[in-house]
Amino acid sequence: MSTLTGTRELARLALRRDRVALPVWILGLSALMASFAAMTVAALRTEQDVIDETEFMAGNPALRMLGLASGPTVGGYAMIRSFATLAILAALMSVFAVVRHTRRSEATGRAELVGAAVVGRFGTLAAAVLVTVCADVLLAVFLGLGMTAAGLPAAGSFTAGAAIAAVGLVFTGVAAVTAQLSSSSRGANGLAAAALGLSFLFSGAGNLLGSVDGSGLRVVSAWPSWLSPIGWGQQMRPFGGDQWWPLAPSVAAFVALLGVAGALAGRRDFGRGLIRERRGPAHARPGLLGPLGLIRRLQRGAVRGWAVGILAFGLVFGAVSSSVEDLGGSAREWYRRMGGTDEIVDAYLTSLVSMAGMAVAVCTVQLLLRLRAEETEGPLESVLATAVGRRRWTLGQVLTTWLTAAVLLLLFALSTGLAAGQVLGDTPGRLGALAGAVLAQLPGIMVVSGCVVAAVGLLPRWAVPVSWSVLLASVLLGPLFGPTLDAPQWAQNLSAFTHVAKAPATAITAAPLTALTAVSLLLVALGTVSFRHRDLALPA
Amino acid sequence: MSTAISVSGLVKEFGPARALDRLDLRVRAGEVHGFLGPNGAGKTTTIRILLGLLRPDGGSVSLLGGDPWRDAVALHRRLAYVPGEVNLWPNLTGGEVIDLLGALRGGLDTGRRAVLLERFQLDPGKKCRAYSKGNRQKVALVAALASDVELYLLDEPSSGLDPLMEAVFQDVVRELREAGRTVLLSSHILAEVEALCDRVTIIRAGRTAESGTFGELRHLSRTTVEVETRKPVGPLELPGTHDVSVAGNRARFSVEPDRLNGVLRHLVEFDIRTLTSAPPTLEEIFLRHYDAAAVGDGDRATATSREVRHEHADRHP
Repeated sequence: MSTLTGTRELARLALRRDRVALPVWILGLSALMASFAAMTVAALRTEQDVIDETEFMAGNPALRMLGLASGPTVGGYAMIRSFATLAILAALMSVFAVVRHTRRSEATGRAELVGAAVVGRFGTLAAAVLVTVCADVLLAVFLGLGMTAAGLPAAGSFTAGAAIAAVGLVFTGVAAVTAQLSSSSRGANGLAAAALGLSFLFSGAGNLLGSVDGSGLRVVSAWPSWLSPIGWGQQMRPFGGDQWWPLAPSVAAFVALLGVAGALAGRRDFGRGLIRERRGPAHARPGLLGPLGLIRRLQRGAVRGWAVGILAFGLVFGAVSSSVEDLGGSAREWYRRMGGTDEIVDAYLTSLVSMAGMAVAVCTVQLLLRLRAEETEGPLESVLATAVGRRRWTLGQVLTTWLTAAVLLLLFALSTGLAAGQVLGDTPGRLGALAGAVLAQLPGIMVVSGCVVAAVGLLPRWAVPVSWSVLLASVLLGPLFGPTLDAPQWAQNLSAFTHVAKAPATAITAAPLTALTAVSLLLVALGTVSFRHRDLALPA
Repeated sequence: MSTAISVSGLVKEFGPARALDRLDLRVRAGEVHGFLGPNGAGKTTTIRILLGLLRPDGGSVSLLGGDPWRDAVALHRRLAYVPGEVNLWPNLTGGEVIDLLGALRGGLDTGRRAVLLERFQLDPGKKCRAYSKGNRQKVALVAALASDVELYLLDEPSSGLDPLMEAVFQDVVRELREAGRTVLLSSHILAEVEALCDRVTIIRAGRTAESGTFGELRHLSRTTVEVETRKPVGPLELPGTHDVSVAGNRARFSVEPDRLNGVLRHLVEFDIRTLTSAPPTLEEIFLRHYDAAAVGDGDRATATSREVRHEHADRHP
């Protein structure tokens, strides 16, 4: 029996288990990229628009962190704005897939069943990598097709697809290694995500420290970019030269990581990781002893991640807020329409507040879906068998989540206000205005999270897809995308974010906020009462 | 004597499947009550209804004098529960979970917690994701048993425990009985129930098959004997023997405990070469005793009872 025996059967099993998840990832990312490409094509009508926008992105060091300018083309501009996002999502798709079929199977005991059958030592790992690489290749093709369909040149589109998928390929290798290191799937995902964060940081730093060439439209990256898989992808310069040789370091890194993963897999015991599980306290601290303490503890890890992300987001975008004053053309027009004011800086800050509100809404959906996960995975049984009732548990989750949302929003106001105050002056005034503006987002977020609670209570089996669909629809029909997508007004009115005050650009009025709050409370009450009156769907 | 749990005509349906079909269960205050049945018979569903986690579709349920669905929170202060499948939070330690569940229930006896950790040899400093199934079971057991409550609901609590820990568990349950607590112990292991319980309720396919003390359910305490003799034993028609099958100089039968002596005296005449005796397995009881009664209402229990097996054979010279 070879060490790879059973790979084909296991790969087929993995494909069967992922028959929904991977197609959704691939098609979803391709659709996202295609719609962003189409929006860019529609927005940048003249050659001068393209030159202005590209110059703006290339000339501003902080904005250079986000994307690499490769010359004045529509496709190139779309790459500056969306390459990093797509590359990160492609990497996450690959990491989750590899970990799902290696470490997660092992942790849940499924792999033990399989491992006892005719399966070689490396069969599970090889099957997971094989399936994920296939997904990456398909992603490259579909991204290229999507961008071509959106009206971008085919050569650049497929280079872009390959560049994004190459990041996915490297992180397939990274996850193959982290799955050997950590003994839990969360740990394996977390280590790979940390590597992804570093990769983004290096590519951003490389571009930030890079230099603009004579035309002012093309950035030459500094050395840190060359340490990062995201940087390698950017150096393929889609729509700006279409170089394929930077694919070489990505493939080389993938092969090397696979070798490391194989060596580690041959050295460790089944079910164990190379990193020992850390011990914890033998007694609970007083803060944990209660339903609210438990809920806070369960949310802690995710909330810390969100806090770091939102602080960084505020600092970076606050720091570049003075440069929007030089903005011209369609971009200025977009901000003016979005904020409903000619004060371009206020309109810009309003768009940031709106983005932060939607990001925090994503966070609340993620946190509140724990209600459902705790039920289907079983720990809820132990909680509800104690003197904690269902209503108290649900409302505890809701209130804790809303409090978390308020804190995250205020953190964003703080970091944005401090950074913007540095470049624009009047820090205390900006902090005050931003604090009010972010808190005005809260009722919109509460409505979205109220939908999650209602879904968990009323439609438990569909709670996860329903919740994410409501969130996605609210974002797409909201003020940032709804008008750009030409959605009809009645549809835009369905999004809670449409009714949130556009502060600080315009004044905050009480009526819509009161109405949104009332709707959110109604939804929560509906969800809580339904949850109180139904059977729990506990594991068998 | 007052009643801790009273269930009659309990019905629970999951879609088209009827999990509980007019089930009856009565547990007296202060007794250790065995709740016996093969996998899939409805033990866990019954206990989840007793906890108000599931809502009954028919019949009446009373727990500690209250309605488990309506008065869940008030009743839960007076009971402790060990689930059959222990699912915990992977990033909390065992010690944290024990303290937390105790606090949520309304308090924990810290002295008892320390003693139980010592007796079950559980390391409370490990993260729950690092525990084996048996150790997760111990976390739930210590959390429940360290609580000073009236009623303990234990759903197959010893699954995953090794024999040494099973003995510790049995000692702890006996102490609870001496302290006058009520215990409902669900199990598919006959010997465990026989060792601990005052009374037993046997269910199959969601319905109560029988209920009583072990003295009343004499067939539960019969011994199954297999014997090989040098001389053919001939037809065995002795008082107290059942299910007799004889083939040449081998015989197999079950015998009531107070008749065992007489039967052995009879067998000695034929010059015994080997003899094994064993308590009946739950599988045998279900196959032999309840099958006739069950004809016509499906054979779910006979199908599932084949999965349970209790190995406990003594060899006599």
